[in-house]
Amino acid sequence: MKDDLLTSLFLRFAGISLLAVGGATAVLPEAHRQIVQQAHWLTNEQFAQTFAIAQTSPGPNVIVFSLFGWRLAGFWGLVVATLGILGPSSLLAYAVARIMRKAGEASWLIRLKKALTPLAIGLMAANGYLLARGADTGALALLITVGAAAFIALTPRSPLWAMGAGTLLAVIAGRMGMI
Amino acid sequence: MRRIDLFLGFFKLGALAFGGTGPMMRSVIVEDRRWLDDAEFAALLGLCQALPGANTCNLAVMLGERHFGASGAFIALFGLLLAPLTILVAVASFFEIFANVADVRAALFGATAAAAGLAVGTALKMARKIPFEPFVIAIAIAIFAAVAIFSLPLLAVLALLLPASLVFSGARR
Repeated sequence: MKDDLLTSLFLRFAGISLLAVGGATAVLPEAHRQIVQQAHWLTNEQFAQTFAIAQTSPGPNVIVFSLFGWRLAGFWGLVVATLGILGPSSLLAYAVARIMRKAGEASWLIRLKKALTPLAIGLMAANGYLLARGADTGALALLITVGAAAFIALTPRSPLWAMGAGTLLAVIAGRMGMI
Repeated sequence: MRRIDLFLGFFKLGALAFGGTGPMMRSVIVEDRRWLDDAEFAALLGLCQALPGANTCNLAVMLGERHFGASGAFIALFGLLLAPLTILVAVASFFEIFANVADVRAALFGATAAAAGLAVGTALKMARKIPFEPFVIAIAIAIFAAVAIFSLPLLAVLALLLPASLVFSGARR
């Protein structure tokens, strides 16, 4: 049974790997669709919590996929999930590195990047929408979400400040019996 | 450069890059280790952004390959992920162990709401930073609706919208 889960985890993440145009956050809505809606491995809320925990750790955003694996199947889940999400894209990057070591800012590259920009914006917004639905729907959660969004959009400061402030506010509200 | 330098450089990048690897990447690779100059870095990063997958991980693979082939690619990627994954498991275990403590539950509640705002805010910031063009807004809204509201498979959505975006971005140059 567990082997089935690991195999399925690997195959799903390996498939998602090559769709990650513009980085790992771009495929989080697709991961949400597969993990929450199709496989029912995590609830909406657990999915959003896992993303939040991954944000507190340093390093590339892609490690949220490793944490999905950890939550689903412990250590081997983490290993399999990491190999799945990074394997295919890394092999492609390796092949491209070998083929075109001297690739500069070729014009097709500039055009492709420009074409990917609106997709990246839309996918990032979709990610935020799905996460907000997974976080609590009460007034306090909405206040923290909107406050954090405004902070990130309007200031150049580190997102960790918004995470810290939101966490602190919730702890204080909890102490006052508001949650 | 030796293999251990490659490992240590990417280990440092992974361990110190809180809140995204973007700014840290340049400082480690260009200023600290001097593996690339600014122009080479920009070219390689551009290529990594155009390829699917995590940008920093792609960069680790390509830079590792350049110096030591397959083993270099593996060493750089392993160095990059080692510290973040260790910290991640520690933090996740902390939340699991203390899941019944009211303050910890409240903290996770707040962090989750803030993280959702972080994603929305990043989307808004990305939209603000590029020159305004109607096709950008139209395609961003189309992909948002397809993915977030209608839960369509990303493969199908990309197959439709990426060519459309390529056509429009070319027409506007």
